[in-house]
Formats: sequence, structure tokens, C-alpha cells
Amino acid sequence: MIGVLRARMRRFAHRVMTRRRIDLPLAAGLFVLALIGLATLYSAGDRSLALVGGQAARFVLGGALLLLVSRIPPPVLRSWTPGLYAVSVALLVVVAILGEGRGSMRWLDLGVMRFQPSELLKLTTPMMVAWYLHPRQLPPGWKDIAVVGILIAIPAALIAEQPDLGTAVLVATAGAFALFLSGMAWWRIGLLVGAVVGMIPIGWHFLHQYQRDRVLTLLNPESDPLGNGWHIIQSQIAVGSGGVFGKGWLHSTQSRLDFLPEHTTDFIFAVFSEEFGLVGVCALIALYAFIIGRCLWIAMEARDTYSRLLAGAIGMSFFVYVFVNGGMVAGMLPVVGVPMPMISYGGTSAVSLLTGFGVLMSIHANRKSHI
Amino acid sequence: MKSRRALKNVRDETALFRRRALVGFVLILLGLGGLVGRYVVLQVARHDEFATRSTNNRVKPRAIPPARGLIYDRNGVVLADNVPAFRLEVVPEQVKDMPALLARLGQVVPLDQDDIDAFNKQLRQSRRFDSVPLKMHLTEDEIDRFAVNRWRFPNVDVVPYLTRHYPFGPLFAHVVGYVGRIDADDLQRLDADRYQGTSHVGRSGVERSYEDVLHGKPGYELLEVNADGRTQHVLETHAPTPGRSLYLSIDARIQKAAEAAFEGRPGAAVAIDPRNGQVLAMVSVPTFDPNLFVNGISQADYRALTTDPDKPLYNRALRGVYPPGSTVKPFLALGGLELGLRKPSDTVFSNGQFCLPGQTRCYRDDKRGGDGTVDMVTAIEKSTNTYFYKLALDMGIDRLSQWMSRFGFGRETGIDLIGESDGILPSRQWKAANSKQPWYPGETVIAGIGQGYWAVTPLQLAHAVATLAGGGVPYLPRLGMATSTVGEAQRQPLPNPPGATLIRQRGDWAVINAGMRAVITEGTGKGLNDGFPYAIAGKSGTAERYSRTSDAYDTNRNTAYLATRHRAWFIAYAPADHPQIAVAVVLEQGAWGASAAGPIVRKILDAWLATHQGVLPGAERLPDAAPLPSAAPAPAGSVVEDVPVSASSEVQP
Repeated sequence: MIGVLRARMRRFAHRVMTRRRIDLPLAAGLFVLALIGLATLYSAGDRSLALVGGQAARFVLGGALLLLVSRIPPPVLRSWTPGLYAVSVALLVVVAILGEGRGSMRWLDLGVMRFQPSELLKLTTPMMVAWYLHPRQLPPGWKDIAVVGILIAIPAALIAEQPDLGTAVLVATAGAFALFLSGMAWWRIGLLVGAVVGMIPIGWHFLHQYQRDRVLTLLNPESDPLGNGWHIIQSQIAVGSGGVFGKGWLHSTQSRLDFLPEHTTDFIFAVFSEEFGLVGVCALIALYAFIIGRCLWIAMEARDTYSRLLAGAIGMSFFVYVFVNGGMVAGMLPVVGVPMPMISYGGTSAVSLLTGFGVLMSIHANRKSHI
Repeated sequence: MKSRRALKNVRDETALFRRRALVGFVLILLGLGGLVGRYVVLQVARHDEFATRSTNNRVKPRAIPPARGLIYDRNGVVLADNVPAFRLEVVPEQVKDMPALLARLGQVVPLDQDDIDAFNKQLRQSRRFDSVPLKMHLTEDEIDRFAVNRWRFPNVDVVPYLTRHYPFGPLFAHVVGYVGRIDADDLQRLDADRYQGTSHVGRSGVERSYEDVLHGKPGYELLEVNADGRTQHVLETHAPTPGRSLYLSIDARIQKAAEAAFEGRPGAAVAIDPRNGQVLAMVSVPTFDPNLFVNGISQADYRALTTDPDKPLYNRALRGVYPPGSTVKPFLALGGLELGLRKPSDTVFSNGQFCLPGQTRCYRDDKRGGDGTVDMVTAIEKSTNTYFYKLALDMGIDRLSQWMSRFGFGRETGIDLIGESDGILPSRQWKAANSKQPWYPGETVIAGIGQGYWAVTPLQLAHAVATLAGGGVPYLPRLGMATSTVGEAQRQPLPNPPGATLIRQRGDWAVINAGMRAVITEGTGKGLNDGFPYAIAGKSGTAERYSRTSDAYDTNRNTAYLATRHRAWFIAYAPADHPQIAVAVVLEQGAWGASAAGPIVRKILDAWLATHQGVLPGAERLPDAAPLPSAAPAPAGSVVEDVPVSASSEVQP
């Protein structure tokens, strides 16, 4: 029985590989990452197999979506782009209306499963930007930059309003990376970045009180010993006590004694750092860097502007996840809800990430030298 | 398409992208390098520090809930107290199978489904090492039974805590309200950090509207725990900031007398100090025991309260709406003077009925044959309908509703309680919003005697009487008078600035005052002043619960029969020459306003005067009043403080 299954699996794998739909190095990188994620989760989640099983199920679902999406040729994807963008923004509006008066609302209850429309925007926003820039003269002028700015700002503002600052940052940067890769002139980038930095005091005004508290707590964690300050202090103790070589798998004490909150989700990287030390951190970050580099490689080989910009933007936004979550765990950035990709438990993040890599696989399969 | 493709230089674009991708990758590597740098700092440079903190990391914080502020009446009589009690708590961290634990525990200490639901909700919200309350207010029997079985439940503890107690029980249920256990909806609404460790939150009354004042700020203690997470020592304690205590303007003695005066008959009474808007008494009869709600009311008790036909949970003073009847007449008369439509000496001939020109249907006076020729004072005294039918018509519905709205009819008074009814002030706008019919002149006519669409709450009417008695200076009705906390020598008064006066000429006020005084000396309220040393001014109102289907006079004068048809109102203030209290009383089943509701008003005034030892400085005693008792015995154990009133807000009509 198992033999038959294994043979069938091998045949399937062979077919997938020989068609060269799948980029082997990228797939291998993701696979290793998923294994590390499950191993860390097993330790962080008090050896709960239910937790690991749930996460594995998400990886399987995400992997299936990856294979499915990889079969959609980029031109088809491009023709769908405006529709997908419009639908996902409309869903955000629906969530905003349903959530009226309930404080915080991010989910759409589909009965069978709950689903977070903001996850979709992580993909459809860079798609839309790439779609818009595809037929235009590049590098873009101010007019095109302004249009792209609006395309990014609409979903980002709706998500920030939910309020989900972490996802809003991810969506905005994914779109911005597409713009960066399109060759936007450096002096224009300089001007825009300068303007954004100048807007920070105004933006501060629009933050929710709890969001401001999170930033302030970062500066002085001891001021909030029951809330976020506690997260930051405990997370740093976990990371720092790991040292160069770590305490070893299953030997983190911070999460075991429940000092570290959210130790399977947003703060799981602290458990990883405690158990595997600086060596583990460097290895994992090198793996992330490899995946990002491979994405950019695929982007460079892509056939048209749309594919190029999209692949590059997806790869670079992967960096934002790692940087924001890693910085938060190390007490360098405020506590926002950005997971460590493929390591943090739960949510729809793993599924949406793998779907994004499906797009990359499709772009890879339709690369220039391969038509 | 071709031209656009010609515009796009594909080769240049590809090269540009490559450069950008490379630059982007280099920047990313720099960013990741920076991140690794931070980990080097934590894991290498500061490793020793964190390693020490990790091995010594036996310290966990635990929130200490603040003690809730107490609620006092104006003289410092405790209306809401914190008393020690015991509750059952579970530390979820060590429990493998929670349902099984609850099942075993349920055999020792009975747990009902409400306890378990509330526990499960709170369980999801709390950290695993925080203990979660399971059952409140254990009886001694339950504590004993648990003590015997304690060894079977290592993660369960009996913990002392402070619970809310209302020493007066039902007397203040509609004013002070009650607290209840925090449930899932509250957790969404409340600031999680401020409510860590807190089990109860204000649910109704002042407990709810002053939640922010009463709650306080939690403190925390740092606990040293062993490797299993069990507490060994308390290392540091940061005390919570207790909630501020609240002084209500209510006087418990007046409140008690007011409630007793109803003798259980459904109705409501509100007494307000016209000099500052302070509510002196506010009762809604029948009432309920708020202590039942504190630790979760039983199904049976709750059903008994909700199925009672007299609806004890219903706050009639705040939410009950009734047609005001003739009590609107003094306000309307004042409008006639202020708007220049009437002079006090203008007379109207009342012959028993009033007919709109061109209409066959007529509107009656109360007295067959009418009151004859009446001026304004007599019209108020005799409650002559014809006078007010004509006045309302001359005024027109727009000016009428605009004038009456200045007394606060038709909207919330803005008292510091949640859930007030708006009532209905008849107006074209109101009718347009609620009916397809246009406004008819006949509706203006009956609006002049407080019938038709009119609906007011006892609080609204008391507020209007207070505004009138205070010379037309409106104050928001206020229950909260001051706050205090441990270590503060003085109470902090809660400010309540006056609004702009409604009365332009003091002479106008004197006319209305004379009319309302005549009600007591000559009119429907005759006898109400007997034995009371200061002048009372008032007005009765008898509103019909059902509209009359015929023009016929009631031939059945049987009081018990009429009581089923009428709402009895009485409004009053005293002393008439220097008003210091304004009262509105409604009795849901009273035959006539003056005879049914009047005595209740008098009992409230008596109780109020007793709190002043029978002497009101600044007011004139009636000539026929008994001489001052040489030494009025002060009620034992309570200090009477006079109301601080600044000279500027004093009204001397």
C-alpha cells in the first residue's frame, strides 16, 4: 500500500520536475524552512502534536495552492489582476462595515472557515502595481508614481484601520518594492522617503492609543510590567540566554515556564533563538536570504515587466516579514502582529505565503530562456 | 499597441531591473546583517546578563485588582460597600483536563452552567499562570466542604476577595445600580490592562455611569516561583490605586421617606435642588434587591423579577413615560408671558367647553359649566382647560414645542445615568417622523393641557419644575456630587455649571409662582400645606391613560374605577418665596393628581425639612406655622451638611 503510494508520489514528483514548473532550489529552501518550522513549533508548543499537525495541514494546503497557482501562466494572471485586486479591496470594505462598532474586526466568517481578507492583499497589491506599470514607460514619472501610491494606499489604509498595523506595513512595502524595482529614479525615492519621514509626527496622531503605547513601551519596557513591556523583556531574556550555541532543541526554559507569551505565534523566533543560539539564528537568516535571492534571480530571468516586478516584490516582501518579526523579538522594533514566515503557528499566513511562491514558480516556468 | 511597445525600451528596462534587483538584494543583506548584529549583541555581548536573568527568572508578575470606590449619600451614609467574601479560583497552567476537573469539583461545590461559561470565557483571555475565578461568594458550607476535599484539587484554591454589598438593598437599586461579573462582551469593551484581576464591573445605575471613577488602577506584585511555577515568595508589591469614592447628592433619609410614601403602589418620585441640579431623592416603585445580581442572580429569582406584572426592574423615574396632563400648564402660562402673548390680567371666559371655529367637536373643561372669567393666576389655580386651549392655539404648535423644549421636554435631561427615555414633546417634526398624517389644529389644543402625544418621564418633569423653581436657570440633574479618595482631606466636588436663564422678567416668574401657590391655598392642592411651616407651591395633574371615546363627562365618580384610568401627578416646590427643593411624583394608578400624588409630595417635603431640623435659612415661615421647636433633636449618628451654593448661582426671585 505504502509502496504503491510512494511510487505514485515519485511519478508525480517526476512529472512536476521534468516539466520544470518547479524551481528546485526555491522548493528545497521552502521545504527545509517548513521542517525547521515544524520542529520549532513542536518544542515551543509543549510537544503538542495537535499543534504540529494543524500547522502541517496548513503547509499541505499551501503546497497544493502553490502547485495550482504555478500552473497559471503569468499573462493569464495579469489579465485577472484588476479583478482580483477589486474583489480583495471590496472584501476589506465588507469587513470594515461588518466590524463597525465592534472595535476590532479582521475576519470574514465563511461558515466553514474564517478568512482574513487582508492576507489576500499581500499578493494582490503588488500584482496590481505590476499590472499598472507593465505597459508604461519605465522608469516611472511622477504621474505613474502617484497612481501607484493610491493603489497601495487604499488597501493599506483600510487594513491599518482594522486595526492591523503589521499587515498594513507588509501590504504597503510589497507594493513599494514593485515600484522600487521598476527603476524609480533615486532622487525621487529620496524625496518620497524624506516626505514619509517628515509625516511621521502626523502619522503618530492617527495611531490608536494602544499602538502608541507599544512604541513607547519599546523605549522603556519596565514601564509596562504586565503588558507589552513584559513581552519585550521576556523575549530578550530568551534570546540572550540562548548564547552562541543555544540550549538545545526542546530545552528552552522561557516558554516552558510560560514566561514568554505568544510563544507559538508571534514570539516563536525567541524560542528558536534560545534553543539554537546565534549559530541557529545565522543559519536560519542565511536560509531566508537564500530564498529571497532565489526569488530575485527568478525575477531577473522573467519574460515581461509584469512578471519581473511581481516576482521581485514577492521576494523582497519576504524580507520585511523576517526583519519586522526578528526585530520585534529582539526588542528592536515595536510589537506588531507580523509572523516569522513558515515558523510562526497559525493564521492564514503560511497558506498565503506559499500561494505567493506559486506565482513565482509560474513565472519561473515561463521564463525567457524557456519559451 | 505597436507605438507603445516602441516607447518601451525592453533592453534598457531589463538592464535597469537587474541593477535594481541587485541593489535591492544588497540592501536586504545589509538589513539582515543588521538584524544578526542585534542578535550578536543579545546572544554574545549581553549573553551573561541574560543567562543570569534566565536562570533567576523565577519572577512572575501578578495583577492586584484595585478596591472599588465606595458610594455614599450626601451625608456619608454608605450606599455601596466592599465586604470580604471567598471565591474559588483555578490555576489553569497545571490542569491537563479542565472539563474533568470541573466535573469532579462540581461534586464538592455545586457549579451551575453560568459559572462554568463565565469561567471558560475568562480562561481563554488570561495567561495560563494567572488564576481564574470559578465561583464567587462561597457559602460557609461550601468552604467547609471544599476544605475537606482540598487535597484532591491541587490547582484550586479558596481565595478571599472584596465583594460589593448594598446595605440598603432595594432602596437604591434604581439609583446606585449594581455590579456584575465581567463577561465576554465586557472583555471586548474594557481596557484589558486596567481590568487585569478585576472580576466585576458596573452594570447599571451610578455603578455603571461612574465606572471610570470607581474602578481605580490595578497594581502588581512580583512573585518568585519555583521550577514548577508555584509561588514561593512575594518579592515586590506595587499597590493598586483604589477607585475614588463617590458621594451622591441623594439624602438617604429623604429617599427612604419617598419610597415609603408610595406604600408599594407603582410610581416614581424625583426631588431636585433647584439651586444646583442635585438630585435629593429618586425612587421608582416597586424595586428589587441589587445584591442578588452581584454574584450572578439565580434563574428563579430572575424569572420572578421579569414576570412580575409591576416590573420591579423597570426604572420608572428614568425610563417611564406618562402624559403630563395639567402639570404642563404653569410652564405654558410662563411661555405666554415670555412670548408676549398674554398679560397676567388678560381674562378668558370659560363656559365648560371650547370649540374650534368651524368644528363640531369641542374640548371640555373639567368643571361642568366652566370656571367663569379667569385670569392667569386663577386659570393655574383652577386648572381651567379653556384658558390653556386658547393659549396653545395663540402660541401655535411650533412656538409651543420650542418653548417647552427649553425646559428639557422631549429629550434626555442629561442626568449622570445611562438609559434615559426621551419622552415625547408634541411638534410638527415629531409627528412627521412618526406618522403620515399632517399636524391638526386640534392636536395643538390638547397639547395645551398635556394630553395627546405628550409623554414625559418623572425625571424630566422634576427637572422642568426645578428649572422653573430656580427662576428659570437650568442645571443638569446630577446624582454625583463629589469624589474622594484615601489621603485626601477634602472631597473633590464635581462641577455642574448653570445654563442661561429662560426667564427674561422676574415679574413673569412671580405670576406663575402666585398661580402655583394658589393651587395649594385655594385649588386642588388645598390642605397640602397644613402643618408645614413654609409656603409650598404646586400643581396637580391627572392624565388619562386611555383616550376618551365620547364627549360625555365621566358619570362614574368612583375613585377605584378612576384609578384604573388615570395617572396621578403632583409637582411642587418649596419654600415658594425661596425655592430649595422641587419634586415631581407620578402614581401609575391614582384617581386624581392632588389627592393621590399630593400626599406623597408632602411626605417627601416633610422628610426633607426634617433633614434641615425644620429650619430653612433665608425663607420666611408662614404666619400660622407652629413656633420653632426650641431644640430640634438631630438624627443620631449622622451629620447634616448644608448644600454649598455659591452666591452667584443663588436665585432670589
